[in-house]
Amino acid sequence: MIDRVMDSREFDNFDVRFLGLVFLILGVGVLSIYSVTHDQGGSGLPFFAKQLVWIFLGTIAFFIMLMWDYHRIARLAYPAYAVILLLLAFVLFEGKTSRGAQRWIPIGPFAFQPSEFAKLVLILVLAHYYSKAPRVGWLQRVVIPGLLMLPGLLLILKQPDLGSGLSFLAVYAAMLLMVGMRSQAMGVILLFSLMLFPFAWEMMWGSLHDYQRQRIMAFVDPDYDPGGKGYHALQSRIAIGAGELTGKGLYGGTQSQLKFLPEGHTDFVFSVFAEEWGFLGVLAVLILFVALIWLSLEIAARAKDELGALLAVGVICMLCFCVVVNIGMTAGMFPIVGIPLPLMSYGGSATIMTMASLGLLLNVKRRRLSLFY
Amino acid sequence: MALTGSFDSDLGELQRRLVLLRIGLLLVVALLALRLWHLQIREGPYYRDLSENNRTRSVILEPARGLIYDRNGVLLANNVPSFSLYISLEDVKDREVLVDQLTQLIGLDPALVRKKLAVRGAKQLPRKVKDRLTLKEATLIESHRLDLPGVMIQVESQRNYPSGTTAAHVLGYVGEVSAEQLEKPEFAELHQGSIVGQYGVEKYFDRVVRGLAGQKSVEVDALGHEKRTVVVDQPKAGDDLYLTIDARLQKVAEELLGQESGAIVALDPTTGDILAMASRPAFDPNVLSRELTAKQWVEIVQDEGRPLNNRASQGQYPPGSTFKVMMAAAALESNTVTPSSTVHCNGGYQFGRRLYHDWKAGGHGSVDLRQALIHSCDVYFYTIGQRMGIDTIASFGRQFGLGEETGVELPSERVGILPSTAWKQKAKNEPWLPGETISASIGQGYVTVTPLQMASLIGTVANDGVTYRPRLVQSIMDRDTSQLQELPAVEKNRLKVKPEHLRLIREALAGVVTEGTATRAKSALVSIAGKTGTAQTAALRTGPEKDIPKKLRDHAWFVAFAPVDSPKIAVAVLAENMGHGGSAAAPLAKEVIETYVKLTQHASTTGRQAAAASRPGNMDIR
Repeated sequence: MIDRVMDSREFDNFDVRFLGLVFLILGVGVLSIYSVTHDQGGSGLPFFAKQLVWIFLGTIAFFIMLMWDYHRIARLAYPAYAVILLLLAFVLFEGKTSRGAQRWIPIGPFAFQPSEFAKLVLILVLAHYYSKAPRVGWLQRVVIPGLLMLPGLLLILKQPDLGSGLSFLAVYAAMLLMVGMRSQAMGVILLFSLMLFPFAWEMMWGSLHDYQRQRIMAFVDPDYDPGGKGYHALQSRIAIGAGELTGKGLYGGTQSQLKFLPEGHTDFVFSVFAEEWGFLGVLAVLILFVALIWLSLEIAARAKDELGALLAVGVICMLCFCVVVNIGMTAGMFPIVGIPLPLMSYGGSATIMTMASLGLLLNVKRRRLSLFY
Repeated sequence: MALTGSFDSDLGELQRRLVLLRIGLLLVVALLALRLWHLQIREGPYYRDLSENNRTRSVILEPARGLIYDRNGVLLANNVPSFSLYISLEDVKDREVLVDQLTQLIGLDPALVRKKLAVRGAKQLPRKVKDRLTLKEATLIESHRLDLPGVMIQVESQRNYPSGTTAAHVLGYVGEVSAEQLEKPEFAELHQGSIVGQYGVEKYFDRVVRGLAGQKSVEVDALGHEKRTVVVDQPKAGDDLYLTIDARLQKVAEELLGQESGAIVALDPTTGDILAMASRPAFDPNVLSRELTAKQWVEIVQDEGRPLNNRASQGQYPPGSTFKVMMAAAALESNTVTPSSTVHCNGGYQFGRRLYHDWKAGGHGSVDLRQALIHSCDVYFYTIGQRMGIDTIASFGRQFGLGEETGVELPSERVGILPSTAWKQKAKNEPWLPGETISASIGQGYVTVTPLQMASLIGTVANDGVTYRPRLVQSIMDRDTSQLQELPAVEKNRLKVKPEHLRLIREALAGVVTEGTATRAKSALVSIAGKTGTAQTAALRTGPEKDIPKKLRDHAWFVAFAPVDSPKIAVAVLAENMGHGGSAAAPLAKEVIETYVKLTQHASTTGRQAAAASRPGNMDIR
């Protein structure tokens, strides 16, 4: 069915399913955000309304990324990277401080988070690099891309923003494994170890004493959970577990409604959803994500050239990484790092960036049959 | 090695690797799902409980204790509103920081707070840390509430004794249930911070007066702020007690003792109702019902005057000559003497190598039983005691309730000692010496009694040999039904002594007042009968009374009843270290009796109305 599709301005069946999944997940996110924050007073727009604005802006970003051929977009990779690095540096000096980290550039009433966009730009940079550069030897395959990535990573970690930093690294690692590594065997081993890492990590992490974990976490990310002694992690586990099979119903999640679980609308939106909708709801959301990524993998598999495939793979890996790590941390499998759940967590920069990335993905699919120029 | 692979082969390679990505993705998602299944399905109920605990806090609603009235409905113990400080441990982030804050804010003793927080108990129940906060302290806490997560101020009813020290030993006091008490089954339904009676009627009738605590479940948010009340289980107030005490008589009795140590017990011999039970020195139950510091407590316990001791039911003294009332009945009933048989008293009684003195140098001459009682002739009683032997004396003493509990509704009643050969063998592991019977015959030696026992004894004589169990509670007002439940008077014993013998003794005791050792008890208002006693506290005594240090002086006794013809009141007075019964104790008994007579004459017109009017007690919180 995909073969039939020509490059056209018309939406085909695939596009509709793709967009349908995206908006379904976005909808679930808005619902959960509304549930947590509906009775919070405060001035200005309520969170769910703001999120609707972000989704609107994200949709515009989605179509902008769809408008030009991805080859033209990829050519802007290096200038875009330069701008992002400047913004990241600017954040360090002038940024808005929140929770002890400087991550935001205030623009009017909103705060803009360059580190989110840095991920997308990195995908462009690496895809562009690998598709153009002759890949001979370790230097060109691994070291140069690594050096390209490094300034961004350092600036992000300096904020400090461990979550974005890890996502940044994940994008690099994924690209490396997909094209950088020549030896298939090595690729396979590394890929598997990457997949299994979370569980190896959990075993190792699980064997540590609480205070050891706290010390490690205090070292790695001192500002995330101040004085909480694992409070977030525990409350999140309680919220998810208390959902049981069918959940407590909309607005019924006492963990988040009564604020035992902090950040219910951002990083822990999955816990809120799990408490209110139970295991059945959770399975549904997992299936939505898997379906979305499955479609994305179709795009990558059928990309007509390496740049397209690399772009698609980069976006997919970033998405997978964020989804897995976020759900894993809310379920107590990983330490808590500040990674939002794509398309569900409240947040302007993240929503717009994710939508833009998905636009890029669909771009790869739509130009699949167009002429190379 | 294809170092320069074509785009096509690179693309092909990349797309082959996508398969691995798919497999990896499915694997990871499956593991996530497994983890979520574990959390939500396998451990779901556990986490559901945790989330419920998270959101609900239980608050104990303390019951109001039952009120305590005197026999005429005068309020003796009520409740006043007061602020209590509770700490809900679950909401406390850092205990030490909180303790510091409370210390700085309202000057709590940090050690005490830590101790309270450490008491074991249901985890979700808040701990009571301090009661009787002043309004200022409560306001301070409330205004800092946001900085003090887990701290709650509750308005509770606090025990109050409006007339201060009056009847302190009867009423007793209340206090927080101790950790040791909580271990016992009778306190099973209580919890840390519960108030229980710790002394007196408050303790003895605790289960009646205590009431039943309620509980309120409130939903709180993460900061411990109450969102809404989920369930309320209202507390049940305790039942009210109506004592047999007449507060007016009680006050008079206490004032009569004044600063001296001693006890006065007045009871109605026809019912056993204790009309007054005074013990001095006393304590203020309002103070003791408060949280005392260790220092304050030590001060009270180590007080030389032993104010916590209820001398009426716990003070054990040699009865001295008041014992002769019982001795007389025993001698007549055991046919040791007849009313007319006489003994010659020349001031001393020779037994073996020892001469036992009479209190009157030179003696009373030839005396019969009546004369012997009136003038308290020691030699007469030495003689009959020696004839009866200690075990006969003991068996009659037991009939009169000596050496055993009167059964009054007070905790830790003492029984004194009624010596016998068996007793000595058991207690001292020595045989009884015949000379010891002589001392015992006049209420010295090993014999000890409590003033309450003596009041009951003289009441028994007054009431033709029928002993009613002395009682303090007349009726109980049931809170649920508003029914006043009258407690029946309990007949405890009937003496096996012929009525004419008792009549003879009563006449002799009347003579004691009219012409004998207690003429200072003679009243123009009512005919009084009684017996003096002087209990020696030190064996060797030289010189006149006033030269002896007060601590070593004799205790003065007087037991009495009135009116002689149809006794309505029996009184026992014990004044410690006050010397002779006739001069120190008899006038006090007379005052008590006269007061009672005046009150009862008055009461027949107005007393009952006053009682009826004051019973509802609207001013008190329940």
